[in-house]
Amino acid sequence: MRTLPVGDDALLVEVSSGEEAQALHAELVRRRAEGSLSVREIVPAARTVLLDGLTDPARLAAELTAAEVPPAPPRAREVVELRVRYDGPDLADVAAHWGVPPREVARIHAGTEFTVAFCGFAPGFGYLTGLPARYDVPRRATPRTAVPAGSVALAGPYTGVYPRSSPGGWQLIGTTDAVLWDHARVPAALLSPGTRVRFVEAP
Amino acid sequence: MTDRALFVVRAGALTTVQDRGRPGHAHLGVPRSGALDGPAAALANRLVGNRPEAAVLETTLNGCALRPRSTVTVAVTGAPCPVTVEGRPASWGAPVRVPAGALLTVGTALSGVRSYVAVSGGIIVEPVLGSRSTDLLSGLGPPPLTDGAILPLGTPTALHTRVDTAPQPAPPTELVLRVTLGPRDDWFTPEAVRAFTTRAFRVSSASNRIGLRTDGPALARRLEGELPSEGMVLGAVQVPPDGRPVVFLADHPTTGGYPVIGVVREPDLPAAAQAVPGTPVRFLAVRRR
Repeated sequence: MRTLPVGDDALLVEVSSGEEAQALHAELVRRRAEGSLSVREIVPAARTVLLDGLTDPARLAAELTAAEVPPAPPRAREVVELRVRYDGPDLADVAAHWGVPPREVARIHAGTEFTVAFCGFAPGFGYLTGLPARYDVPRRATPRTAVPAGSVALAGPYTGVYPRSSPGGWQLIGTTDAVLWDHARVPAALLSPGTRVRFVEAP
Repeated sequence: MTDRALFVVRAGALTTVQDRGRPGHAHLGVPRSGALDGPAAALANRLVGNRPEAAVLETTLNGCALRPRSTVTVAVTGAPCPVTVEGRPASWGAPVRVPAGALLTVGTALSGVRSYVAVSGGIIVEPVLGSRSTDLLSGLGPPPLTDGAILPLGTPTALHTRVDTAPQPAPPTELVLRVTLGPRDDWFTPEAVRAFTTRAFRVSSASNRIGLRTDGPALARRLEGELPSEGMVLGAVQVPPDGRPVVFLADHPTTGGYPVIGVVREPDLPAAAQAVPGTPVRFLAVRRR
């Protein structure tokens, strides 16, 4: 674990894997909940956790560097199920990358349990991990100017669902009617870091 | 509809509702948002007797025109501009009484970019995650003002201000941004880091509430390849592949995949919000506090 100062009151903690970043994020959220960590933002990402709004980042850095990455806490029992139609325009391209028939893409994807590693890009957009590395796919060479809301998409090691229509370069494999973000709902985001997710193929 | 409301006669180029933003939700991909020139917004609120967290209007370059349905006290701060009530000149940077039905115009900025219009009682559009701020990156909060829109106003508080006018910093003719290097300055060549902190840049016309874009020497990378996405702070100076630094402002994304060469001190960002395109920019390296 390596800590990098960010400005005067933030700290970027770098770890060696996405799993470690998720475990560290869970541990820091736990410390904040019990009152032993005072911080405005805890932002997990691919290999890092950012802590912003710290009163003494240098002291926390020293403390974290000396600590072991705590083991991942037991996962939440609840699994969010997202019904999906595997009808995306890039399904055939993804199947070709994977070297399987298009039908297999749906079977493999719906047979995987995902975890929200981190969020970003747009409110409610989660970067879901769970697919084995052999199913990584590149981003599209030319991003689409408008990806419809509810599009289920792949890029690199991640799966994501577009909460609203926006430009995007991910490979679209399906569509869900699930509402990823609704600010009138509590919580507004259906998916947050650590949430377990399964895609269920709609009949 | 109550008569505590503002009718938008002319929305201007870009006028948004802003308060102190919605911090604390970055892990969900929600930008902080809020007034870009926070001190100017806070002063406008103080001049009309509002609490500091009340929502105000943030205009961009060419102001706006409003007609309150009831008599209100208004203050315009930030970028200096002509203010009129029913065509008669009124004070900028001071409380102004606008009778019910009278036309308030906030004119084109004489210098600077963003003016702030506080109205007694504050603007009380529906809050989202505890804030009434318009977030242009993710579309949270009320949409930018349009001609003919109606904005509800709150009840004026009993707070009384004795301030008639207040000094404000002039918009910058040269922007000096104090910056602490890192966390990814090691992704750049030593020459690029030196150029970043010694050469002159200029504010680009592509700047907006998401970032202050700059023109100047392109900063070359030492490390190629992709940086895995990581969390971003307000004031982060991100360098995209074209090598031109972008200073992240209030509507910045919460994570990003380009290296951050340094972070601008927060007290320097209000001036960045008022720097017109073409303003010279220098990044001054400072030690961490």
